[in-house]
Amino acid sequence: MSTSFWVNGIQQTVDVDPSKPLLWVIREQLALTGTKFGCGIAQCGACTVHIDGEAMRSCVTPVSAVEGKQLTTIEGLGLESGELHPLQQAWVEHQVPQCGYCQSGQLMSASALLANNPNPTDTEIDEAMEGNICRCGMYGRIRNAIKSVEVASSLDEKLFYNVAGVDHV
Amino acid sequence: MSKLTRRAFIATGIVAGGGLAVGIALRPGNQIKGLAAKLGDEGAGLIHTYVKIDSDNVVTAVIPHSEMGQGAQTALAQMLAEELDADWDQLRIEEAPAIGEYAMYAAGRGYLLAGMDFPNLVIPTVDGIMMRVADSLNMQITGGSMSVRTTGALVMRTAGAATREMLQQAAADAWSVPLAEVITEKSHVIHAASNRREPYASFAAEVADMTPSFTPTLKDSSDYKIVGTHKPRHDIPGKVDGSAQFAMDVQLPNMLYATVVRSPVSGGSVAAIDDSAARAIAGVVDVIVIPEATVTNMLGDTSSGESVAVVADSYWSANKAIKEINVQWTEVGFESVSSDGIFAQFEADITAGTERQSDYEQGESESVFSNAAKIVDADYHVPFLAHTCMEPLNATADVRDGRCEVWIGCQNPLGFRRDIATVLGMDPENVTLHNQFMGGGFGRKARPDWALQVAYLAREVGRPVQLIWSREEDVRQDYYRPAVQSRFRAAFDGEDNLLGWENTYTNKNEPIEAPLIPYAIPAQNIGYVSSPVHVPFGAWRSVDHSQHGFFTESFIDEVANAAGKDAFEFRAELLKDSPRHLAVLTKAAEEAQWSRPLAEGRGRGISLQESFGSIVAQVVEVTVVEGDVSVDRVVAVIDAGIAVAPDGIAAQLESGIIYGLTAALHGEITIENGAVVQSNFHDYQAVRMNEAPNIETHVINSGHAIGGAGEPGTPGVAPALVNAVFNATGTRVRQLPLNRFDLNFQVEESGVVG
Repeated sequence: MSTSFWVNGIQQTVDVDPSKPLLWVIREQLALTGTKFGCGIAQCGACTVHIDGEAMRSCVTPVSAVEGKQLTTIEGLGLESGELHPLQQAWVEHQVPQCGYCQSGQLMSASALLANNPNPTDTEIDEAMEGNICRCGMYGRIRNAIKSVEVASSLDEKLFYNVAGVDHV
Repeated sequence: MSKLTRRAFIATGIVAGGGLAVGIALRPGNQIKGLAAKLGDEGAGLIHTYVKIDSDNVVTAVIPHSEMGQGAQTALAQMLAEELDADWDQLRIEEAPAIGEYAMYAAGRGYLLAGMDFPNLVIPTVDGIMMRVADSLNMQITGGSMSVRTTGALVMRTAGAATREMLQQAAADAWSVPLAEVITEKSHVIHAASNRREPYASFAAEVADMTPSFTPTLKDSSDYKIVGTHKPRHDIPGKVDGSAQFAMDVQLPNMLYATVVRSPVSGGSVAAIDDSAARAIAGVVDVIVIPEATVTNMLGDTSSGESVAVVADSYWSANKAIKEINVQWTEVGFESVSSDGIFAQFEADITAGTERQSDYEQGESESVFSNAAKIVDADYHVPFLAHTCMEPLNATADVRDGRCEVWIGCQNPLGFRRDIATVLGMDPENVTLHNQFMGGGFGRKARPDWALQVAYLAREVGRPVQLIWSREEDVRQDYYRPAVQSRFRAAFDGEDNLLGWENTYTNKNEPIEAPLIPYAIPAQNIGYVSSPVHVPFGAWRSVDHSQHGFFTESFIDEVANAAGKDAFEFRAELLKDSPRHLAVLTKAAEEAQWSRPLAEGRGRGISLQESFGSIVAQVVEVTVVEGDVSVDRVVAVIDAGIAVAPDGIAAQLESGIIYGLTAALHGEITIENGAVVQSNFHDYQAVRMNEAPNIETHVINSGHAIGGAGEPGTPGVAPALVNAVFNATGTRVRQLPLNRFDLNFQVEESGVVG
């Protein structure tokens, strides 16, 4: 059975079991390997992608659930100009990643947060990010990187158009 | 030995009677071009085992350590670039291939010649400090917080300086000027008097035919321009846009996916199997029983165990199918073992003191205790722990036509290559191992069990296979940080002076000095009893320091309290003759404003731990509300000798603290019916953003020998935490994890006898 959806602005049609989790479709069928497998039960957040602008765990989302929807993966997080998303730049600036394995998911959760809430409080950051485990423990740097972006770009909403998902397609 | 190049042996080992005599050896002939071929097309321009200079004057540092986020590749490149006077902005970093030329002789040399403490991962037993030559030839381990302090200090600096000297010589020859007048700067050789300035690349060909010095002149640290400065890590850009390649990201034509399951009770084999339901699932290609395979190396025996694998067209199909397989596992005799039983066994063995071995003795312990005015005693426990790297174990292999190619992220590429070759019955030369970024390692990825599985599967299937473990398998088939019990007694005279320290614990591993204490206590008797368990042992970030740091730094707090003294002042008094320790401890207390009063319900605790050549003090602040502990703040100070990459050290401290905090708050693997109970992050929790404290790090650049960074942050957080809980509540926690402890239940502070 085929399922169609948009990934990073490109329409994709896959012919797979509709119950196959989106994570494995993204990785195996679409060869977009930036989205990671960490637990398989929506406990760690490594597989986070945006579905219609919302951060979702792709490891427990059947591909049938995204029929016709707009997806963004880490490969599509950067701006249309080719520049990195401000959060990605902040991640480099703050030297956030260690092993890096969880960071795609961290960035997808953080970018969804800022798209809806450019000036999150510490509590709001906790709530948005507590689904994403980092075993290297870089939470302090993640928090600092998020806060550096909220200050820098809170007035520049268009920075987040790609996160919101649909305008540029 | 014909494949070895003379240039590889700046620090090397020679066989002597089965052990390793260490010295410097020169191999005849110049085989640098042979080595260049092994580095692939990019090998062009190789002028030293660890240095390539391309025609566009880009210097590449070839780093014989793998990257799991610890940042060692960048730090090692800094050390090489410093001595080479390379242009950092035009420098590339490349991980050395898993071939014998990059074996880590430096570790052995560092231990035997420089008197360094030996990296914990490479000592198989307490007594086993002799490296067998076969192992030293296959050792390329990243672990023991040793990359910078051994490979960096002994190899990369020498390689950089030797290459620089050859470039100077080549330029002096070509220009017919005195060698002493040729200087180097930013990848250029310069002769000021004749106004000559040429890129290194101009002399690469000449240098490739020269013999590097083993004793080049090294810079004085006061001349450092690259070492000790913040250089952004080379691996980070790829880790923010999804392009960094981990082993699971490898995709080969015609590749199949596999997953495995092993006996819940370690060591069991397949007695009977019904795979009919699994084979009926769409996409399943085969169900394969992988035979048990054991390899022996310096880490001890690693058994892959007999395992059942499903091979399918997708990981998802394979994982669905493996749950449908009914396996009856053979009984191995541990089916009734539980965590409670293990701790009861520890209690009995410590009490019996059977065949107690001594770690350290000084003074007249027996008479000090028999004449003591006051004795304080306590028992501490920690549970088994799993590693739970973010990246579940996985690897990709292709075994065809007598050759094996493997893509894997591991902590010992050369050792894994040898082990895979052993299992396949191949010459290691026919095994090519492409080491990838590791999504965490923490010691787990020094054990090759999953590499042996994937190699076997790929050979059986005859197609490339990507093996992915489920998280459940990852948690239940780990090599675990051991559960340990530790018993203490402290003796005081009539004026509350601490005169004696006795400690007996279960099961010793590495590093051997982990249970020792830095405090000047006249009589000490520290030792251990053997109390074997069937749960497989693994090195876990900081290894034995992870438990002994908690034990000794909690008990010294109890002792301070029993003496009626402040926890910081008491320690400081006992460190009067240890200025480095005292400086670190004092700095932590100052930065944390140790004596500033805290509000009701809040508490502050301190700890001090030396490990892997570095000294770390931590102050933890907590708030306890109705028995719930939140960790507000951690102040951490490290003296890692010369701080090569200061931000890297800070990052490692932060990381080690969160790793240790996860264990202190949540970490517990329990055994029931001989098997691990936990399975995934829902029942084996990790600290998350909402629990993560503010961590303030301070790096003391003391100029002493370079210490490690990856592990020293981990041991000290648990004791500082429970000491803070005691400070806040008056309740002493002697058993981790903290979240299992009812803080509303009041425990008497220390049993006081006499």
